[in-house]
Amino acid sequence: MNVSAMNILFIRLKWLLLLCSFLPTVACSAARVHEYELKNGMKVVVKEDHRAPVVVSQVWYKVGSSYEHEGITGISHMLEHMMFQGTRKHGPGEFSRIIAEQGGRENAFTGADYTAYFETLEKSRLPIAFELEADRMRNLVLDEKEYTKEKQVVLEERRMRTDDQPHAKTREHFMAVAFTNGPYRNPVIGWPDDVANLTLEDLKSWYERWYAPNNATLVVVGDVDPGRVLRLAKRWFGPLKPSEIPPPKPRTEVDQLGERQLKVEVPAKLPFLMMGYKVPVLASLPEDRQWEAYALTVLAGILDGGESARLSTRLVRGSQVAAAVGAGYDLYDRLPNLFLFTGTPSQGHDLEALEQALHKEIERVRQEPVSADELERVKTQVTADAIYERDSMFYQAMQIGLLETVGLGWEYLDRYVERIRQVTAEQVRQVAEKYLRPERLTIARLHPLPIKEGQRVIPAGASVGGDHVR
Amino acid sequence: MYANILGLMALCLLWPVLALSGPRIEHWQTDKGSRVYYVHNPELPLVDIQVVFDAGSARDGDRYGLATLTASLLDSGAGEWDADTIAGRLETVGAVLSTGASRDTSWLDLRSLTETAKLKTALTTAAEILAHPRFDRSDFLREKKRLLLALKQRGESPGQIAGRMFFYALYGEHPYAHPVEGEPETVEKLTPGDLAGFHSKYYVAANAVVVIVGALEREQAAEVAERLTVGLPRGESPPPLPPVELPGKARTLRKPFPSAQTHLYTGVPVLRRGDPDYFALYVGNHVLGGGGFTSRIVKQVREERGLSYSAYSYFRPMKGKGPFVAGLQTRNDQAWPALEVLRQTIREFIRQGPSDEELEAAKKNITGGFVLRYDSNAKLADYVAMIGFYGLPLDYLDTFAKRVNAVTRRQIIDAFRRRLDPARFQTVLVGGGAVADGKKE
Repeated sequence: MNVSAMNILFIRLKWLLLLCSFLPTVACSAARVHEYELKNGMKVVVKEDHRAPVVVSQVWYKVGSSYEHEGITGISHMLEHMMFQGTRKHGPGEFSRIIAEQGGRENAFTGADYTAYFETLEKSRLPIAFELEADRMRNLVLDEKEYTKEKQVVLEERRMRTDDQPHAKTREHFMAVAFTNGPYRNPVIGWPDDVANLTLEDLKSWYERWYAPNNATLVVVGDVDPGRVLRLAKRWFGPLKPSEIPPPKPRTEVDQLGERQLKVEVPAKLPFLMMGYKVPVLASLPEDRQWEAYALTVLAGILDGGESARLSTRLVRGSQVAAAVGAGYDLYDRLPNLFLFTGTPSQGHDLEALEQALHKEIERVRQEPVSADELERVKTQVTADAIYERDSMFYQAMQIGLLETVGLGWEYLDRYVERIRQVTAEQVRQVAEKYLRPERLTIARLHPLPIKEGQRVIPAGASVGGDHVR
Repeated sequence: MYANILGLMALCLLWPVLALSGPRIEHWQTDKGSRVYYVHNPELPLVDIQVVFDAGSARDGDRYGLATLTASLLDSGAGEWDADTIAGRLETVGAVLSTGASRDTSWLDLRSLTETAKLKTALTTAAEILAHPRFDRSDFLREKKRLLLALKQRGESPGQIAGRMFFYALYGEHPYAHPVEGEPETVEKLTPGDLAGFHSKYYVAANAVVVIVGALEREQAAEVAERLTVGLPRGESPPPLPPVELPGKARTLRKPFPSAQTHLYTGVPVLRRGDPDYFALYVGNHVLGGGGFTSRIVKQVREERGLSYSAYSYFRPMKGKGPFVAGLQTRNDQAWPALEVLRQTIREFIRQGPSDEELEAAKKNITGGFVLRYDSNAKLADYVAMIGFYGLPLDYLDTFAKRVNAVTRRQIIDAFRRRLDPARFQTVLVGGGAVADGKKE
């Protein structure tokens, strides 16, 4: 081969690479994900995105409220808060100060299936995030004084997010009724009395049990070179010792024996309805039945994928029985969860009318295959969304982290559009028929109590002069 | 084909340069006088489009909720199409459209793929919605009922009740005072004719800013802008809003509410977009309560005392003087002590400003992370819309870091003292802790 031929080859390759970034094909994004495992068992996943000189770094731990047992609910979230309160090397608040000084943003979030920490930075500053995250993975100092204060913060968070929010409160009680022994019955933030009685010792043992490199996934998305990221990861996370981590007990939810109902009476202005059917998720399905999770996703799109979907068209605009209504399903949960309907009846209609209207829609999807137009619309939306989602580095990292943490693997990202496109109208009908059944259903009805508020605004006299993130 | 590929290559190679010097905003006017702001961002095959009118709730007159209800009716029927048809047209091409209002603006956002046929359908639909909304009586009644329910639901939330009271306290007779979404009594009285009147007066070409950010060439963008506004009459932009008068004296208002927490806000109208004090106040506030966990308010309220989950301060610059807002929520029995900590922190900052170290850290955070603010097409579109609507210089993003770095401690103290007078601060408390001031009723 002569030199000029080689050059041409080189140039063509470069062209292809450049063109690649313009084509919205799944293959392109697949080509740019790199996966490694450090010797201590830590997983590292890197996705290149060279649109801006920015990098997102996330550390995901396989622990969250669905790993907790009764009496210590909310401990994962509480520990997430304490992760900012200092290590042997860096005092309380130092983490935030250092990242801020580097122009970065940082925070953390806890869910049922994960606890995750993130930094977004100008790309050259990635090592700083690694150094700090590696440090607090193994060297957290849990101090009584900081904890006493942080517990108050978390209790305030609970009051804000749940106690003073009629819908959130309804949801909390709804989940506790829908699940008997499965861990999704507990709120992520924890039951108030559990949170108030968590001790520093509880937190220490929770930290020791779950925070180790072999229980973590490092996700990096941005304007980076994967090889260099790996070298940095080895340098900072490589020396950390792995732990022996017993897997969480299965705690498989017992079969439901019939429809469950609950009434929630709280001070509120409007009634509110929640209906949830127990359904499988990708992670709970054997390979040959995974299509069910994609069919349930399409079903959610048929019902609530926008203004042209059935619920908006028929219940908000058609019969006008609903002022607001929605349906949702999350195929990436770790354990089987709910296919959920929520709604608020419009003026002049009550909860019962809304419930009946929803049942009618449910009957329809159970009996008749959805139309070809509807199916195509959902598939087009899913395809478009997959492109829109690539506009956010943070979201791309979130999806990778989530898929790794629930045990599926990031490769599912690349299969998603294709698997959705394979779903047939008959499959949608089949999953509806199989899962949207009374013996899988829990219904919560929020009946508003009057709000006893001050009727007047009172001047207080002369003035004296004057997703759960952390 | 060959030329196309070359074109793509050239763009690709150009990008790193663009990223370093900030995005290049191009600006022109359509034939009918709409101002267009365009950024070529070819990385993903999508485009974010915003059409923004100077037609916010500040233009409601005494019909509070007029701008909001008008915006929410746009996609309920236009020209030959009813709501189902409009939704179907957009969603079968994967486009996402939303409309809404703020105090300063009414807007339409459209995100679409750039694939020619799909983009064309999305644009034709959006253009019809903007130019020929029907405001049919049945759609109007339905949307009005939904808005009235939303207003009712506002009464469940101590935070929203407090927010509403706060703006009335800040703005008195000024059109910024009432809530963007209106009041039950005023919304109840609205008619389809009111909406049509508002639309024909304000949804006009000369009053529109069109923002286009995405994988479109300059000529395509020009075509998009024309296509979107072609149905709009030229019209004219409305006269400026009346000036904001500052509250004459400090007041503290409270409303008892059966909640576990008391929500509180304190502040005063201060800042217009383009105000010469903007950078001094913005950087100063980063130290005071805008910089998250490193800011003084978070340190004093949360990190030192555990009084609140969220505590903050910010300036919200608007066409007229937008507010300085500081706030938190806390367990009822701590409401008054927490307010005192908040006030003390603000007063001290106004007196002494930031320390040299704090100022340095704030500058490092703002400038070191500036590129994070527009690292996605969607975020960039929001910035361009802000620059376009408020008439900021096109090199605003390029010069931002330089202007932040130029701010001195003296300038911050001077600006805060001149612009934030605690003797004019308005304070609102709503919740179980709003029953008494802890000393005497």
